[in-house]
Amino acid sequence: MSAASFNPRAIAAIYRFEMARTWRTPLQSIVSPVLSTSLYFIVFGGAIGSRMQEIDGVPYGAFIVPGLIMLSLLTQSIANASFAIYFPKFTGTIYELLSAPVAWWEAVIAYVGAAASKSILLGLIILLTATFFVPLRIEHPGMMLLFLVLTATTFSLFGFIIGIWADGFEKLQVIPLLIVTPLAFLGGSFYSISMLPPFWQTVTLFNPVVYLISGFRWSFFGLADVSLGVSLGMTLLFLAACIAIVGWIFKTGYRLKN
Amino acid sequence: MLLRHGPAVATPANLTYMRSMHAPSTPPIISVSGLSKTYATGFSALKSVDLAIKRGEIFALLGPNGAGKTTLISIICGLVRPSTGTVTADGHDIQRDYRAARSAIGLVPQELTTDAFETVWATVSFSRGLFGRPKDPALIERILKDLSLWDKKDTQIRRLSGGMKRRVMIAKALSHEPRILFLDEPTAGVDVELRQDMWQMVRRLRDDGVTIILTTHYIEEAEEMADRVGVISKGEIILVEEKAELMRKLGKKQLTLQLQQPITGVPAALADFDLRLSADGEEIVYTYDTQADRTGITTLLQTLSEAGIRFRDLSTSQSSLEEIFVNLVRERA
Repeated sequence: MSAASFNPRAIAAIYRFEMARTWRTPLQSIVSPVLSTSLYFIVFGGAIGSRMQEIDGVPYGAFIVPGLIMLSLLTQSIANASFAIYFPKFTGTIYELLSAPVAWWEAVIAYVGAAASKSILLGLIILLTATFFVPLRIEHPGMMLLFLVLTATTFSLFGFIIGIWADGFEKLQVIPLLIVTPLAFLGGSFYSISMLPPFWQTVTLFNPVVYLISGFRWSFFGLADVSLGVSLGMTLLFLAACIAIVGWIFKTGYRLKN
Repeated sequence: MLLRHGPAVATPANLTYMRSMHAPSTPPIISVSGLSKTYATGFSALKSVDLAIKRGEIFALLGPNGAGKTTLISIICGLVRPSTGTVTADGHDIQRDYRAARSAIGLVPQELTTDAFETVWATVSFSRGLFGRPKDPALIERILKDLSLWDKKDTQIRRLSGGMKRRVMIAKALSHEPRILFLDEPTAGVDVELRQDMWQMVRRLRDDGVTIILTTHYIEEAEEMADRVGVISKGEIILVEEKAELMRKLGKKQLTLQLQQPITGVPAALADFDLRLSADGEEIVYTYDTQADRTGITTLLQTLSEAGIRFRDLSTSQSSLEEIFVNLVRERA
C-alpha cells in the first residue's frame, strides 16, 4: 500500500473486532445491565421511592434515572476500554497492533470509539428500560445526547489508560471498584447534593462525577446541582486530560514498547 | 502474490536474489545501522548492531538464548523502541516513515499468541484490515488453502491444534502481502511433518519474491533453508556469511579410513598428519582443511601404503552448521 497518512481501514477493523465481542456475549453485554437497572428501579424507585418526597418537583423514581444511567455509563465505559486494550497485552496479541501501520490516535479512536459505542448503547437501553417503570421527560434531548457521548468517550479514554497501566487483573479492577464506583455513588446518583449538610456539599464539589451527573440530570429535568457551564467545562477538562495522558503513553511507549 | 505449489526452481525471484548477491550496489531491503537497545533494567540486549538483509534472500539469524535475536526483530517490526541507531525497511525509516516501513513487513512471533474466540477467517481478515489493505476474500481464501486451513475457516481458534494455530499466525502475517517476512522460531514445538511443510512454504514465498528473515534454534533449519546466516551473541552480530561460504570457510572435513587389520599406534612416518586412531585400532580419522592448497590426502594414502597399512573402506564428512555455530559462540564466550 502507499504510505498513507491515515489508515481508516485499521480503525474500522479494530472497531468491528471490538463490537463483535458485544454481539457474541449478549447476556453479559445487554441482558445483565438491563436486569441490574430493573432491580434498582424495583428497590430504589418502587420500595424506597414510594415513601420519599419528590425532589425539586421530580418523583424520586424518575430523579434517579440520569444518575443510574451515568453510573452504568462510567463503569461500563471503563470496563469496556480497559479490558479491550489490557487483554491483547495479557495474551500477547498486541504485537499485531504495534507492528501495524497504525498511528496511536487511530488506535485510540478505534478502541475508545468501540468502548464508548457499547456504553452509549447500554445507556440508551437503560433509558428505554426506565420508561417501563417511571414516567420520564427529557427537556433537552440534544444536551442529553451530548453528555452521554462526552461522558462515554471520556471514561472510555480513562479506561484505556487503566488498561495500559495495569499489569495484572487486580490493577485492572482496583480503580473502577475502589475509586470510580464510590465517586459515582457519592456524586449524586441517587440524591441531590443540596440534601447534604453544607460541609459535605463543599467536599462533594471535589468529586468530578458530580458535574457529569448534574449536567446530565439538567438535560432531563432542567434542574442541576451545579451550573450547566461548569458541568460541561469540567467534563471537557477531564476529556482533555485523558487525551493528553494517552498521547504521552504512545509517544513514550509507556508499558507498550519498552 | 504467494505460495505457488511446485518444486523450487529458478524463478524470477530467485534470479533477483542471485543477481543481488553479485551486485553490491543493490540497496538492501533491510538496513540496520548502529542499533543498540538497553532496557530499563539496565540489560543491554543489543550493542551497536549493523546488518544488511538482501532483497529476496532467506536470512537465518542464529544465536543462543538471550543473544538479542528477538529484540532485534522486535525493533525492526516496531514492537520495541531502540535506544540508538537507525533501521530502514524497504527504503523507509522505521520511525520517521513507520507506516510505509511496517506495511512492507509481516511478522510471525515466537509465541502462539492468537485470539481464542475469533474464527480463522475473521482473524486473518482482521489482520489485512489492520494493515490498511482493502478486503480481498479471494486472497484470504488462497492463503488459507495454501496453509491447509481452508476447512477450518469457520472454526474458533481455541479449537485448533498448536500446529494449526502456528499456521493461522503465518496466514495473518501474509494477509497484507508483505515484501518482508519475519519468522521468529517458526518451527519451535511443531512436529517433523509440519516443519517440512513450513520449509516448503518458506521456499515458495521466497520464490514469489518475499524476503525472509528467520530466527531458529534448529541449526538444521538454517542449514536446510538459508541463503545467508548471521550469528548473534551477547547483543553483537559476530558473523554474517553466505551459508555455503561459511561452511566452506569454517567447515573442517574428515576422512575416515576403515583398516583391514587393526593397528596399535600411528606409524612415525604419519606424525605430520592430523590423525586420530580409534580405540579398537580399526579406524583412522584424518582431519584436514578444505581451504588449504593441498589436502594431503594423496600423500597420506601413499604413506599408509608404504607403511603396509591397507584399508577396506573410506568415507568423508563435513562439519555441520551446528558445529560451526557452537565453535563460534564458544570462541566469543
